[in-house]
Amino acid sequence: MMDPIVLFFLFGLLAGLLRSELRLPAAVYDFISIVLLLAIGLKGGIELARQPFSELLPQILAVLLLGFILPLLLFPLLRYLGQFSRADSASIAAHYGSVSVGTFAVAVSYLASHAIAFEEHVPLFVVLLEIPAILVGIVLARGLTSNTRWGEVAHEVFLGKGILLLVGGLLIGWAAGPEGITPLKPLFFDLFKGILALFLMEMGLITAVQVGSLRRYGPFLLIFGITVPMASAVIGGLLGWWLGLSVGGTTIMAVLAASASYIAVPAAMRISVPEANPTLSLAASLGITFPFNILIGIPLYLSWAEIIHGL
Amino acid sequence: MSDNQRCLLTIVTESALENTVLKTLSSFGAKGYTISDARGKGSRGVRNAGWDASANIRVEVLGETAMIEDIAQHLQNNYYENYAMILFMQDVNVLRPDKFSGRSGRND
Repeated sequence: MMDPIVLFFLFGLLAGLLRSELRLPAAVYDFISIVLLLAIGLKGGIELARQPFSELLPQILAVLLLGFILPLLLFPLLRYLGQFSRADSASIAAHYGSVSVGTFAVAVSYLASHAIAFEEHVPLFVVLLEIPAILVGIVLARGLTSNTRWGEVAHEVFLGKGILLLVGGLLIGWAAGPEGITPLKPLFFDLFKGILALFLMEMGLITAVQVGSLRRYGPFLLIFGITVPMASAVIGGLLGWWLGLSVGGTTIMAVLAASASYIAVPAAMRISVPEANPTLSLAASLGITFPFNILIGIPLYLSWAEIIHGL
Repeated sequence: MSDNQRCLLTIVTESALENTVLKTLSSFGAKGYTISDARGKGSRGVRNAGWDASANIRVEVLGETAMIEDIAQHLQNNYYENYAMILFMQDVNVLRPDKFSGRSGRND
């Protein structure tokens, strides 16, 4: 049976494709994304409080490395097979090397509804994977020697809404610990699924806009937007398995590697690589990869994770 | 030109550029500005402000013609090529000309 939150996404998508006037007010969308990001951060932070840092260090390094490697693998593919300009290739590679918190939230909810446990500190991986790809993308587009204003880029990356809220949630959860967070449970954890459903409805509406611009960019982007997440999922899943994560944790790693950013990276790329066409990368990450991952990808990656753990 | 005539520059652009544009304004000595969220359609498609990546802003800045022209020239040279940006200028009468004269400290 399909998770009802995914139905909310399809509902939003359909409404958007039919050009309905439906949309969440901008302030409401801001509010629900703030609650989602904080909730994800808090959950991870509580778990971090239970784990000694030395045990996490190998995982942290491996995840960071993954964030650097993925865009480096994708760049030549886009540049030479896809015939995109250097800036566009770098920008799309950065989008796909980074993560989508929305996809992550759907995966968490999917695993929970199938009663599959996963390492609760995975939100830390979301933060870790978000950043390296942006840096690699900028260097790929600009080269190391150029006059990139790194101060501005750092401000955009670390103080962008997404990272800031995730890190803030992680720190608060870590500092407060499980008991300290209990009074906040009704808002952040009990309402999580309902808020995620609203968020996904809005994502459906936003995706519908991207579907329109997709038609302009031809079949390469379509194929790229589906095959690359599957290949990245294999890389991420194998890494998770090698790190000794559970089936659930391996699935999450696969999902994180497979997902493509549509909030943090577009904002950073717009500032640092302005000649890259933003509609191109958004059409791919939001128009193709996001729906693919939440409709087909997540269950698929879970089945792969079960296979690899069954060997 | 009467004493209370000043130039109004209106900038319609991507909200991603907000900080950059504001820095430009103060570096050219503008004493103030007004920003509003905006929606619209242009050569770069519909910018409906549905979410961050498609949000637009409208910045209005008042001052003496020379300064306004400098700002417009700078924005045009740096951002026209790669960003959604519209600039237009008009002469306006202001009630307190001293408020919109000269330039504030340019050492920032």
